[in-house]
Amino acid sequence: MSADIAVLGAGMHPWGKWGRSFVEYGRAAARTALADAGLEWADVQSIVGADTVRSGYPGYVAGATFARALGWQGARVTSVYAACASGAQAIGAARAQILAGLADVVLVVGADAAPKGFFAPTGGDRPDDPDWLRFRVLGATNPAYFALYARRRMAVYGDTPEDFAQVKVKNAAAGALNPLARYRKPVTAEEVAQSAVVADPLRLLDICATSDGGAALVLSSMDFARSRGVGDPVRIRAVSTVTPTYPRTVLDLPDIATDSVTAVPPAPGSFRASIARAAYEEAGLGPEDLSLAEVYDLSTALELEWYEDIGLCAGGEGAKLVREGATALGGRVPVNASGGLASFGEAVPAQAIAQVCELTWQLRGAAGDRQVPGARAGITANQGLFGHGSAVVAVR
Amino acid sequence: MGRTRTPVVSGWFTEDGPEGGGFRLLGTRCSACTAVFFPREDAYCRNPRCPGGGLLAEVPLSPRGRVWSYTDGRYRPPAPYASDPDAPWEPYTLVAVELEAEGMVVLGQTAPGVTVAELAVGMEVEVVGGVLNEDADTGTVWTTWQFRPTGGAA
Repeated sequence: MSADIAVLGAGMHPWGKWGRSFVEYGRAAARTALADAGLEWADVQSIVGADTVRSGYPGYVAGATFARALGWQGARVTSVYAACASGAQAIGAARAQILAGLADVVLVVGADAAPKGFFAPTGGDRPDDPDWLRFRVLGATNPAYFALYARRRMAVYGDTPEDFAQVKVKNAAAGALNPLARYRKPVTAEEVAQSAVVADPLRLLDICATSDGGAALVLSSMDFARSRGVGDPVRIRAVSTVTPTYPRTVLDLPDIATDSVTAVPPAPGSFRASIARAAYEEAGLGPEDLSLAEVYDLSTALELEWYEDIGLCAGGEGAKLVREGATALGGRVPVNASGGLASFGEAVPAQAIAQVCELTWQLRGAAGDRQVPGARAGITANQGLFGHGSAVVAVR
Repeated sequence: MGRTRTPVVSGWFTEDGPEGGGFRLLGTRCSACTAVFFPREDAYCRNPRCPGGGLLAEVPLSPRGRVWSYTDGRYRPPAPYASDPDAPWEPYTLVAVELEAEGMVVLGQTAPGVTVAELAVGMEVEVVGGVLNEDADTGTVWTTWQFRPTGGAA
């Protein structure tokens, strides 16, 4: 177990398609988080930006870009990129600085301005880049991979498209209660079933959109929190940013093939399960201790997979959990009480930070109509392209 | 203008496999630890427990495998996937195929006309050569690998 750090402030810019620069969203989220923490930007000793690759050079140096937008004040600056896991890496970098005594207060910011439609690879002819190759050779979009997992679940576990639709219905109901969500309308199973097939068996309403948005956290040492009179802050107890282990046996974006198991037998359990396991081990708690979880529901079917990977149920039982309502608001362990990606859409570098914002509000008992009663512990889980784990455990 | 057949990626497949074997995907195998790689690794072995000092030699992959999963693309993917923006979109089928001998899953498009309705998880498929797209300006016919059912039982 490692030492805790405090979450002093959380803030987000509402998700949507606003048509402005990611810098505006990040700056707004940062100022909201600072206000929430009762701190001035000048009090921050270090800023960590989660990069975006969709907005040119300023996106590659997001830490400095946000620092400049907030007004240069000489803070230590860090910029990190790990695809969808960028936000968790930013939190991880901030936490390491705090635990190493390099900084007492660190501001973490991620924001994106997303294009419409499928995410596409960086331009140019780049036959050495697996992300370019999967589009050039196969036309394998992100939803194509989500659909492969969904079909596999149907064949192996007997999941149905109706099960997948229940995830959307559940997340839309939660998102309708979240003023920061992009989609705030309840959705019925019929509406999911009537939406267009994008990649068989997944339909448009099974797949998350791409959005504009920004999220920020003000993190500090426990001593600093106490010095500010915050005796019982939300605490981050673990940040898992592990890689897969060889051989990786689940076909994953952007790969065209899995590793071969001829030389080394695969380790038991999936990469996704190992992400959560590392977080639980670091936090010294397990799935039975959770009040709630925020997982990366890039597709409805993938949310069911996460139930199994974070240990809420055994392999193959994810659909049963959603059918029983165990993961809905009011259920045994609500998953994506925020509304999830189904209600937000994906703003890549902001998303893992937004997950921790939701845990923070829930653990403070400040989540309004979507409050999970008596929330004491939560986990976030997600996974970044090319092999980046991302999970955060927060407690109160 | 003459038409030239060019593999969409050089060295990933051959139309003329060993022992008259026809079309085969090509990977590499590490001589030190037997790990197989597709797409091919030529510069280094990625097995962290490899003793090292091996050579990566080209190896044809199994011509047949079983369907791990499948899907299709109902909407036009972005570039660099080549398609005529003025032509109506024709969905293509993607299939992930488990190769038993290599212990790996390889993704590919199906042969023309094979839709998701004709596939099932566990079904036997074989790899064949096919055309990804034709570039009218240069006369290049880009070739690729495709999978099609063998008619064997699932």
